[in-house]
Amino acid sequence: MYDFNHHRPGSIDAAASALSGADDGKILAGGMTLIPTLKQRLASPSDLVDLGAIGELKGICEEGGAVVVGAMTTHAAVAKDATVKAKIPALAHLAEGIGDAQVRNCGTIGGSIANNDPAADYPAALVGLGATVRTNKREIAADDFFTGMFETALDDGEIITAVAFPVPEKAGYAKFANPASRYAIVGVMVATGPAGTRVAVTGAGPCVFRLSDAESALGSGISADAVANVSVAADGLNSDLHASSEYRANLVNVMLRRAAAAAG
Amino acid sequence: MSETGIGASVQRKEDFRFLTGQGRYTDDINRPGQLHAYFVRSPHAHATINGINKSAAEAAEGVVAVFTGADMAADNVGSLPCGWVVNDRHGEPHKAPPHFPLARDKARYVGDHVAVVIAETYDAARNAGELVEVDYGELPAVSGTGTALDSGAALLHEEAPGNLCYDWVLGDEAEADAAFAKAHHVTKVDLVNNRLIPNAMEPRAALGDYDGGTDSFTLYSTSQNPHLLKLILCAFVFGLNENKLRVIAPDVGGGFGSKIFCYAEETVCMWASKKVKAPVKWTADRSESFTSDAHGRDHITHAQLAMDENGKFLGMKVDTTANMGAYLSSFSTSVPTYLYATLLAGQYTTPVIFANVKAVFSNTAPVDAYRGAGRPEATYVVERLVEVAAREMGIDPAEIRRRNFIQPDQFPYQTPVALQYDIGDYDASLTKALEMIDYDGFAGRKAASESNGKLRGIGFSSYIEACGIAPSAVVGSLGAGVGLWESAQVRFNATGSVSVFTGSHSHGQGHETTFSQLVADTLGIPIENVEIVHGDTGSIPMGMGTYGSRSLAVGGSAISRACDKIIEKSRKIAAHLMEASVEDVEFENGTFRVAGTDKEKSIAEVAFTAYVPHNYPEDVEPGLDETAFYDPLNFTYPAGVHICEVEIDPSTGVTEIVDWVAVDDFGKVINPMVVEGQVHGGIAQGVGQALLENCVYDADSGQLLTGSYMDYCMPRADDLPSFRVGLTETACTHNPLGVKGCGEAGAIAAPAATINAITNALGILSMDMPASPEKVWRLANEQKMAAE
Repeated sequence: MYDFNHHRPGSIDAAASALSGADDGKILAGGMTLIPTLKQRLASPSDLVDLGAIGELKGICEEGGAVVVGAMTTHAAVAKDATVKAKIPALAHLAEGIGDAQVRNCGTIGGSIANNDPAADYPAALVGLGATVRTNKREIAADDFFTGMFETALDDGEIITAVAFPVPEKAGYAKFANPASRYAIVGVMVATGPAGTRVAVTGAGPCVFRLSDAESALGSGISADAVANVSVAADGLNSDLHASSEYRANLVNVMLRRAAAAAG
Repeated sequence: MSETGIGASVQRKEDFRFLTGQGRYTDDINRPGQLHAYFVRSPHAHATINGINKSAAEAAEGVVAVFTGADMAADNVGSLPCGWVVNDRHGEPHKAPPHFPLARDKARYVGDHVAVVIAETYDAARNAGELVEVDYGELPAVSGTGTALDSGAALLHEEAPGNLCYDWVLGDEAEADAAFAKAHHVTKVDLVNNRLIPNAMEPRAALGDYDGGTDSFTLYSTSQNPHLLKLILCAFVFGLNENKLRVIAPDVGGGFGSKIFCYAEETVCMWASKKVKAPVKWTADRSESFTSDAHGRDHITHAQLAMDENGKFLGMKVDTTANMGAYLSSFSTSVPTYLYATLLAGQYTTPVIFANVKAVFSNTAPVDAYRGAGRPEATYVVERLVEVAAREMGIDPAEIRRRNFIQPDQFPYQTPVALQYDIGDYDASLTKALEMIDYDGFAGRKAASESNGKLRGIGFSSYIEACGIAPSAVVGSLGAGVGLWESAQVRFNATGSVSVFTGSHSHGQGHETTFSQLVADTLGIPIENVEIVHGDTGSIPMGMGTYGSRSLAVGGSAISRACDKIIEKSRKIAAHLMEASVEDVEFENGTFRVAGTDKEKSIAEVAFTAYVPHNYPEDVEPGLDETAFYDPLNFTYPAGVHICEVEIDPSTGVTEIVDWVAVDDFGKVINPMVVEGQVHGGIAQGVGQALLENCVYDADSGQLLTGSYMDYCMPRADDLPSFRVGLTETACTHNPLGVKGCGEAGAIAAPAATINAITNALGILSMDMPASPEKVWRLANEQKMAAE
């Protein structure tokens, strides 16, 4: 990798000021995407602002009717957290299926959603559960947060602090993992609760999206049968070495049914 | 059987250092004043090199030198040779275009070596590498095995018109045609044996170290055969006296064949260390491993099997195109010929076989031996043909195999494709495997799967391999440039411990354990007193290294012979000490005894006497240190049956391997646990090929599309079932240990067993590897639609 200045601030404010003081600063969270990118010399930031020493960004708590996950909480921590497992077991299940053990021990929820990889799992959780992203400047509804492939509503220098998930009545997540990378070729989150009945699909398209046909079909009760005939068009879905858009369209239906069955 | 002797599952002695991070690999070795190399590689699959401007790179911080192909040409550095001459159907040798360590006129694949930067740190070298300006003239590229021979395809080498390396035949075509003319039924299959990337856990690395004082080199390298590397570099590449190079291959973390060969990087590091008068190190990053390790397999085959009305095989015809990549790697030419077509008889009495193999150049990384090397490809052809034949003829797949097996009383059995099998009992393995898998219960299991919406299938692979490579005279007559014997030196130290110097090289196989058991058992000494030394041409007699499941059958036999010499010399010393005649001295469990008396001397006492010869026979030399060279009389022929059972989810196309039975005949087994580990690893690699792994180059640009683990899919523990492993045993008839070799069997057997099971589940005849979920889903849907 190319040389860069490394900052390890102890507070969110210090992180924001380190970032604003840098020519071309980048935030380092768990580093699961950024570090390989740097090692391959595909990026050359002037400064890395490492959030690893900011204690207030880590941890999980219950706040009103929501489970709030600090931005620097690792996937492994979410997967084994007692509150998450009790209140939103589908979220724990999703976190447990991200990447591999090493990735889960380093990768964080904030890093994942800020990157918005179209094949990442968390975007489906946030959109499917109707979560709210908290930053050092504001709160952003998940529906407004993910704006396109690797694009989010975050402003330059804006730092995610936490994600608040309203506790659903029912939720289920099913994923078809890429056999090589274990990213989602298709991942579907089905949930019903304070945020309504929501279905979010990741992996299949350029960005996480809601499946309104499925949401209507599940309006009168969550079951696999209710969505048996919900289909998506292959047009516009991703197509690569591992899965054509046609195959992905099939997998959306299969994973939708499995997620609904898991939620029901 | 003792707890540490032959036949015991002794825990691997070497694992302590590996598991505690105390292994010593090439990259762990650092020399004073060491510099670092970074290779500038071609981003294009095919391009002329019109000029290289290295001035900016030379001026960069920390840079010591920048070299190109022209610099190596000026030093008369030769081409990396291909060590096996294959004569084509007209008796002409294969086309052998030069393969210079740094490209001179053209770059011929993405990752081809164009320049090297030597600098004080790796980062400095890599930074400067980006400043090397190469003026490329992009050319059209051809990467496909099936398109390389097309008229109008881009031409890689002027020396090889039409990209043809050779057009080779084995067997008599007219006889085969006559057999086919009499056939009741002919089964035909079209097969692709997908290209694989080896992915050893430790990337290749090299450290060249020139000593100006003695004008000699030491090269540390991740090699499976340090002596061979030394021979190639000295005799063919540099024209250097062999006493001027010492090659050390310390701990090596996996090879699977890919570390047999002489590569550009180690050649350049060695050469550059003299140019810059400092040690030069290079360690591949994983991306470089993907682009520049020699790849494996990559065949396209049309094969036919002629049968009579009872499913008895009358003849086989096989037509294969094999991709050599852009240049010929060290032994590439032999893989799709003498290691492939000679195995097409399989376990069967097929009387006539004709094979035609065309080897082609393409704008891809060189292809060479990879675990099994030719034999997995042959087994895939034979066992796919047999399975499809069984289905077409309506004969049970186990039954059609039985009808055609070479019978135990037919050995030694001369196949129509050059090999003579010494011994085997193929029905014994099949019978045991059928019992273990509960073949009779399959229909019930299939019905149970169906009621859960799953498709269940079962697939067989009755493989054979030619291992214990190889009788020197035979391979010499077939074009090999080397002999394939092995050496061993067994040295008793004065105080009773033993150092064994072997020309075999362990890169994961467990030689330090297996060889120690062999020596401890033969000499009757504690296993802790045995040390196995390998991988250093400075301390070990000339040896040929490890590949082709040869280490125990050839290297172990050499050790056995050297131990015999030790015992014979010791017997003379013991006889003197016990004042008996040599003929009366017996040796058992480490003790010499005079028959019919209570006189005895331990071998340790004898060893001490040999080094402190105060009371010593006049006609015996002091010391107890014996060397043996063993040249095998024949190949060994491990064989067995693997049965795979799969369950397919038709909604996703996901194949789950739900059961796997492997019954192998490896002859005598020294360490069953090590053998089982080898079988597990081999099956995992074979399943990897069948289900997951696929090296893909873009057909137009020649870019490697599967250049990282994001896209190149390695098998993982959760892709595999718990294997159930059984053994049968017919001892090899021609080596002193009765052993055959086990390292490649799993990788040879597994692909055909897996694809036979999947096609059985889907009710179809054929599909190509890898059986990716999407491919299986499409086939399952087609079957469903056809049924509706």
